Amino acid sequence: MSDYSPSEMMIVAAARALAGVRTVFVGVGLPNIACNLAQRTVAPELELIYESGVYGARPARLPLSIGDPALVTGALSVCPIIDLFGLYLQGGRVEVAFLGGAQIDRYGNLNTTVIGDYVHPKVRLPGSGGACEIAIHAQQVFIIMRLSRRSFVEHLDFLTSPGHLGGAGEREHLKMPGRGPQVVVTDKCVFRFDPVTGDMVLVSIHPGFTLEDVRAEMGWDPRVSPDLRETEPPTPEELHLLREELDPQGIYRS
Amino acid sequence: MKLTTMHDAIATYVHDGDTVAIEGFTACIGFAAAHEIIRQRRRDLVLCRMTPDLIYDQMVAAGCARKLVFSYLGNPGVGPLHAIRRAVEKGIPAPLELEEYSHFGMVGRYFAGAYRLPFFPLYSYTGSDLPRVNPRIRFVESPYGDGPIAVVPPLNPDVAIIHAQRADVHGNTQLWGLVGAQKEVAFAAQHVIVVVEEVVDEEVIRSDPNRTLIPGMIVDAVVHEPYGAHPSYVQGYYDRDNDFYLRWDEISRDESSTRTWLEEWVYGVRDRAEYVQKMGPETWERLKPAQAWSHPVNYG
Repeated sequence: MSDYSPSEMMIVAAARALAGVRTVFVGVGLPNIACNLAQRTVAPELELIYESGVYGARPARLPLSIGDPALVTGALSVCPIIDLFGLYLQGGRVEVAFLGGAQIDRYGNLNTTVIGDYVHPKVRLPGSGGACEIAIHAQQVFIIMRLSRRSFVEHLDFLTSPGHLGGAGEREHLKMPGRGPQVVVTDKCVFRFDPVTGDMVLVSIHPGFTLEDVRAEMGWDPRVSPDLRETEPPTPEELHLLREELDPQGIYRS
Repeated sequence: MKLTTMHDAIATYVHDGDTVAIEGFTACIGFAAAHEIIRQRRRDLVLCRMTPDLIYDQMVAAGCARKLVFSYLGNPGVGPLHAIRRAVEKGIPAPLELEEYSHFGMVGRYFAGAYRLPFFPLYSYTGSDLPRVNPRIRFVESPYGDGPIAVVPPLNPDVAIIHAQRADVHGNTQLWGLVGAQKEVAFAAQHVIVVVEEVVDEEVIRSDPNRTLIPGMIVDAVVHEPYGAHPSYVQGYYDRDNDFYLRWDEISRDESSTRTWLEEWVYGVRDRAEYVQKMGPETWERLKPAQAWSHPVNYG
């Protein structure tokens, strides 16, 4: 059995996807730690952008929220939120943005608003935050979410942030500047998107899981890449950085 | 001279039914003002904030609000806001109307309000269900032939409450760290209350004019309230009380424990000074930030 958790595998896989990237729009929680890991491994020139108005953060400790004071101390710039969304995001300066959600469909459309009916919801979720416009403007969107039947659904209860909508070509038709979701990293596997159809294709499965494990957690039968492979496990260096430097309390380990 | 007490500022500028915006994105959230509004038992407020945070969770639990205008409803980095969820899902203590935007849309509303524009155009909401549930998000054709673009209406609150590091007695206010949407919301509002950690001489303000976010000309009242943003933080003065944000998740899960907390920490204290004393010196010791001074600049 492996000596790392599925969450650690997920964080490491997300960090590796950032290889060579220079500007990333960071979300709370898992994306936060993945981006901080990438900065110390595959993307040393990576500058972190937070929707709280911070560009070029160098947090000395893992921030609990996107507005943590540690993000301000030593940052390259702190700006009003209207500038962050107007100049940085809508201005086309964000290469990659991380998003997640309570529900995702095969085209990478995301729901962070409600489970059930909007007016009488079963569960009221946080809503868009900046996600709706981030999904439209970031040059590429990376999604990080735990794989589960409740989350990977055939039909969203609410579409908060557009992915590839009903299929490839719809974003271009609506003149969205960003290319939309490129990768979905989960705790069991990684998906990419078929450029021809715009839907998710399973490309790698993390060590210790099978195709059946993945299928069992999905609301639709996923397409499988002919080149399906096993995800490279975390290296000792990646695990060391995660455990000793980025998340010494183990908040994101389980 | 606009210096006054929190009690008098709230009594004068916040009325039942008002549209109130207490801004501050994670930092500089005006909890002291919110607690005074709760103590003065204001009702039927329309509460505006990009991120309602614990501050509006507490105000909703106390029955101050009839409606929320917002863009992200959560306890940042922790989870849901339980009191607001109870109001939305079960109508406890009263039903709560929601009007929601995205962050860009919400800050755009303040911007249009501040600039006295009829709307703010932004490239957002295409393909999203948000315009379907919020008819105030609309699309118009660009008059220059660039196709459709989303617009949101101006937001002009009756009163904006801003927490900051320092101001002079005229309300010239300096704020650093995360500045959020405070400038826009202050210029958009009918009345502005500024709450500060320190009241300084006008000379201090004039020594660093680039740091002045809000000019005294738009400010109605200045309140000196050290630690007035706790459990949020003020850059350079105290850190975010992350432990309390985690604890609120427990406290607020249950209606009666929420009420007990409000009884003890809001209704049970006279003002913020008593709250600060009751929290005890170890709290403020724990939240003392490290030193990280900027290099001085020459304005000569």
